[in-house]
Amino acid sequence: MGILEVKNVSKNFGGLKALSDVNLSVRENTVHAIIGPNGAGKSTLLNCLVGKLIPDTGSVMFDGQSVLGRHPYEINQMGISRVFQTPEIFGDLTVLENMMIPILAKRDGTFELNALTSIGSQKDVIERAEHMLEEMSMADKRHFHSGSLSRGDKRRLEIAMCLSQEPRLLLLDEPTAGMARADTNNTIDLLKQIKEERDITIAIIEHDMHVVFSLAERITVLAQGTPLVEDTPENIKGHPKVREAYLGESA
Amino acid sequence: MFGLDKKDTTLLIVVTALVVLAPFILNPFPADSALAQFNAGYPDLMQRFVIFGIFAIGFNLLFGLTGYLSFGHAAFLGVGSYAAVWMFKLLSYNVVPAIVLAVIVAGLFSVLIGYVSLRRSGIYFSILTLAFAQMSYNLAYSVLTPITNGETGLQVYSNDPQILKGDGPDVTHLFGLEMGSAYTLDIGPWSFVFSAGYYFCAIFMLVAFYLAIRIFRSPFGLMLRAVKSNQQRMAYTGLNTRPYTLAAFVISGMYAGLAGGLMAAMDPLAGAERMQWTASGEVVLMTILGGAGTLIGPVLGAGFIKYFENIFSKINDSVLHQWFSFMPDGMEDFMVFIVHPFIGKGWHLTLGILFMLVVIFLPGGLVEGGQRIAAWLRGRGKKPAGGSGDPEHHPKPAPHVAE
Repeated sequence: MGILEVKNVSKNFGGLKALSDVNLSVRENTVHAIIGPNGAGKSTLLNCLVGKLIPDTGSVMFDGQSVLGRHPYEINQMGISRVFQTPEIFGDLTVLENMMIPILAKRDGTFELNALTSIGSQKDVIERAEHMLEEMSMADKRHFHSGSLSRGDKRRLEIAMCLSQEPRLLLLDEPTAGMARADTNNTIDLLKQIKEERDITIAIIEHDMHVVFSLAERITVLAQGTPLVEDTPENIKGHPKVREAYLGESA
Repeated sequence: MFGLDKKDTTLLIVVTALVVLAPFILNPFPADSALAQFNAGYPDLMQRFVIFGIFAIGFNLLFGLTGYLSFGHAAFLGVGSYAAVWMFKLLSYNVVPAIVLAVIVAGLFSVLIGYVSLRRSGIYFSILTLAFAQMSYNLAYSVLTPITNGETGLQVYSNDPQILKGDGPDVTHLFGLEMGSAYTLDIGPWSFVFSAGYYFCAIFMLVAFYLAIRIFRSPFGLMLRAVKSNQQRMAYTGLNTRPYTLAAFVISGMYAGLAGGLMAAMDPLAGAERMQWTASGEVVLMTILGGAGTLIGPVLGAGFIKYFENIFSKINDSVLHQWFSFMPDGMEDFMVFIVHPFIGKGWHLTLGILFMLVVIFLPGGLVEGGQRIAAWLRGRGKKPAGGSGDPEHHPKPAPHVAE
C-alpha cells in the first residue's frame, strides 16, 4: 500500500478524455515522477489529487482516506502540499510574512478569528518561520517584498512554505519550468537535500528529463490519459513504449 | 502600550490628541474675522468628522485589507440609523441601547449580504453589494414604509411608546447628559465650542481606531492581507478564505452600523437617502483619497471630504466678491466668474479634481503624500522612503482592487 493510491480514475472534459482509467501508487518516502508528453493528462491528474478537479470515476486515497469531494484547504490539512508551475506566493507581503502564514495555518487550522492578538506575540510562529528561512538560506531576505524576488527565490520560498507545514506528501508541478539552467540545478539540489533530510514523499510532474532522472526513484509514464509503464529510472530510460510515446513511432 | 508596538502607540496618541483638541485645532480663526468661514470647529461638523471617520475605518478593514471593494456599505449605515431611531421610539432617548442595537442589526444584516456577495470576487462582488444596497434603499423608500416611514424618514413622535422614558429629557442623552449640550469657551476674539455629542462620538472613534490597529497587526489581519494577495495559495495552504472574508465584511458592517447609530444619536432621524449608492461611493472616495490599507488614511480622507462638503459648499459669489474686491472691477468679475464653478454647489468639481490628482500622483493617498514629505524632509530626497535599504527591490504599490 502506498501513501497515495489512485484507482481507476477517469476524467472527461466534454468529449475529451483527459484521463482514462489511471492507476497509480506512490510509496511512502520515495520520489515519484510522473512524466509524459504534452496533453498526456499530467496536470489534470495533479488537480484531481488536490481537490481542484473531481474525477468522473475512480478513487483517490491518501493515507487510507479519500480526498474526493474535499476542498483544497481540507486536503492540505490532511498533509498534502502543492508547489505550482509558476510560484504561487503572497507577492504583496514580505518573505517573513509569507513564511508565517502556512505555519499559522498548520497551528490554527482552516480559520481562526484571532483578531486581537498581535503577530509580534506569536513567538513560536516567528521563530519557526525564521528557522525555516535560515534552513533555506533565505534569512537575509526576510524583510524583502516577496513579489520582488527572483524566480528561483520565489520557488525556494514556495517550497519552504510548503515544507514548513511538514506535509507527508509534497506535490510539485513542473518545478523548474521556465527556469535558467543554474536555477534548475539549484532546485534539483534543494529537492535532493529535502529528500535526504526529511521523511517526506515527493510526487513530481516534470518535463525536463534531466530533473526527472536526477531525482526520481520511481517513474510513471503517462500518455493520452493512461499510464504506459511504471518503473525505476534505469528501466524507463530504454523502454520502447516510452520512446514511442515521446518521439513517435518512427523513432 | 495597550498591546501595540511603539510606532502604533505614537500614532494612537497623536490621533487621540488631535481628536481631543479638535475644537481648538479646527477653529484657528477669530469668530468675527473674514476667515471664520473656514473654521470647522462647530459641533455638527466635528461630529460628522468622527462619525464618517468610523465609517471609513470600518470600510478600510474590508477594502484595505482584503481588497474586496464593497459598493453598498451605506446600507449598513442606514440600517444602523433605523435601528437606533426605533430604540428611541420604543424605549427612550438614551443613546446606549440605540447604539448597541444599531451595531447588532448592522452586523446581522451584513452576515446576510456578505454570505451571498462573497461568493464572487472583484467587480462581481462590487456589483452584488451595490445591488443589495440599492434594493435596501428602494425597499426603505417604499415597501417597508411601516418600518422606515418611507419618504418622510423615521423620527420620534410624541405618541411613541418610549416605555423607559419616565421624565427623562426630550432629546437624545447619555443617562441624562444631553447630546446637544455644549460649553462655549471665549478667549479674546476666539470662540471654542465643546460639545457633549462630539466627545461621545470621539470616544467611539478612538476605540474603533484602536481596534482597527489591533486587527491590522493580528494574525487575522495578516490572513486578510493574504486574501488580497493570493487566494489560490491560501487555499493550498490549508486556509478557508470564505470565513476570513465574511468576518472582515461583518466587522466592517458593524463599524458602519455604529456610525449610523451615532448619526441617529446626534440627531434622532433616519432617512432612506443614507443608504443611497452615492453614500456608498462617498466612503470609497474617503478611503482611497486618504490611503486604502493604511491606518490613518481613511480618517484623513473622511475629514478631508467632509470639510470640503461643508466649508467649500458655503462659499458663495458674494464671498468671492469680497475676496477679490481689491482688484479693478472688470478683473474682479472675471476672477469670480473663473472661481465660481469650483465653490458653492460646485464643490464636487473641486473634490473631483483633487481626487484625480491624488489617485494619479499619490496612489497611496494622502498618507503617501505625507510619507513623501517626511522622507524629503529627512533625507532631502536622497534616501528612498522604504525601510528595506535595498535600492534594487522596490515593491510596486498594491492594486486597489483584488482580482
